[in-house]
Amino acid sequence: MKRLRYSLWIIVGLAAALFGLFAYQLTQPKDEFVESAMVGEPMPDFELPPAVQDRPGLSRADLADGTPKLLNIFASWCIPCAAEAPQLAALERRGANIVGVAIRDRPEDVQRFLAIYGNPFSRIGRDDISEVQLSIGSSGVPETFVIDGSGTITYQHIGDIRDRDVPTLLEELRKAGG
Amino acid sequence: MRWLLPLLAALMLVQPATAQDRMPPAPYAYTQLDDPELEEQARELMLTLRCLKCQSQSIADSDAPMAGDMRHQVRTRLAAGESPDEIRAWLVSRYGDYVSYEPQVSATTWPLFVIPIVLLLLAGTVLLRRVGKRGSVEDEGEEPA
Repeated sequence: MKRLRYSLWIIVGLAAALFGLFAYQLTQPKDEFVESAMVGEPMPDFELPPAVQDRPGLSRADLADGTPKLLNIFASWCIPCAAEAPQLAALERRGANIVGVAIRDRPEDVQRFLAIYGNPFSRIGRDDISEVQLSIGSSGVPETFVIDGSGTITYQHIGDIRDRDVPTLLEELRKAGG
Repeated sequence: MRWLLPLLAALMLVQPATAQDRMPPAPYAYTQLDDPELEEQARELMLTLRCLKCQSQSIADSDAPMAGDMRHQVRTRLAAGESPDEIRAWLVSRYGDYVSYEPQVSATTWPLFVIPIVLLLLAGTVLLRRVGKRGSVEDEGEEPA
């Protein structure tokens, strides 16, 4: 009888440990970021028409021209994209060459967005069906990729760029050969 | 219950806070393929691909614009002659295993498949031994009443 009582307590203990684990995991913040599996891979082939009149469109060839670049995935309808505008401007001032891909966006909306928040982009491609976004493993806006001079993706930043991310991105650009 | 109506009306006025684009959906986001056989394959595949915006839904269940764009990719790639497995592999090479709902036996997931079998075997042996013991005791007629 004594042996049975001990084994019962062991079962209670195991169950308590299991529920403790559940409670711990349930209170942990959810990590919603889906990282791209394309970091370290060459950019896939693509060619996007211009999203606005005063900037050319974007193709794979433009990203393999020898200069490392920041590739910013954004949209005028995306609120965090407006929040990261000052940081993008700071990156441009410090010598970063930034190209953009506008996701599911009308030219007049992109134009208005850039008029309000500034235009740090040297080129902006228009991606109406998230084609390029899907092909580089990006799952939302905004996201920023570092592309080296040969057109290989070397780094992915998910979400809006905060002040503290600016040095990181500049360092990643330098590592990519800038 | 009189208070309920204004409350419901107020709730109806609340707009979802998520930002949405104003672009029309991709051509094959909501349009089925002409070939019913291909459409059936597309449907099966879409049910097992995760929507990245609304991560607990499949792209077949979601109305998020990005899920529509993913359905467009699935349908146009199938129509262009790719197999469902190739399309799944294409997405997995972009987003990792996370994008696929189809269970895969791999270096990290094999315990999930092996543990239930081990537990079943264990429970089976314990049960057999107990039942076997009781059976032999009854045969000898020594079971206390």
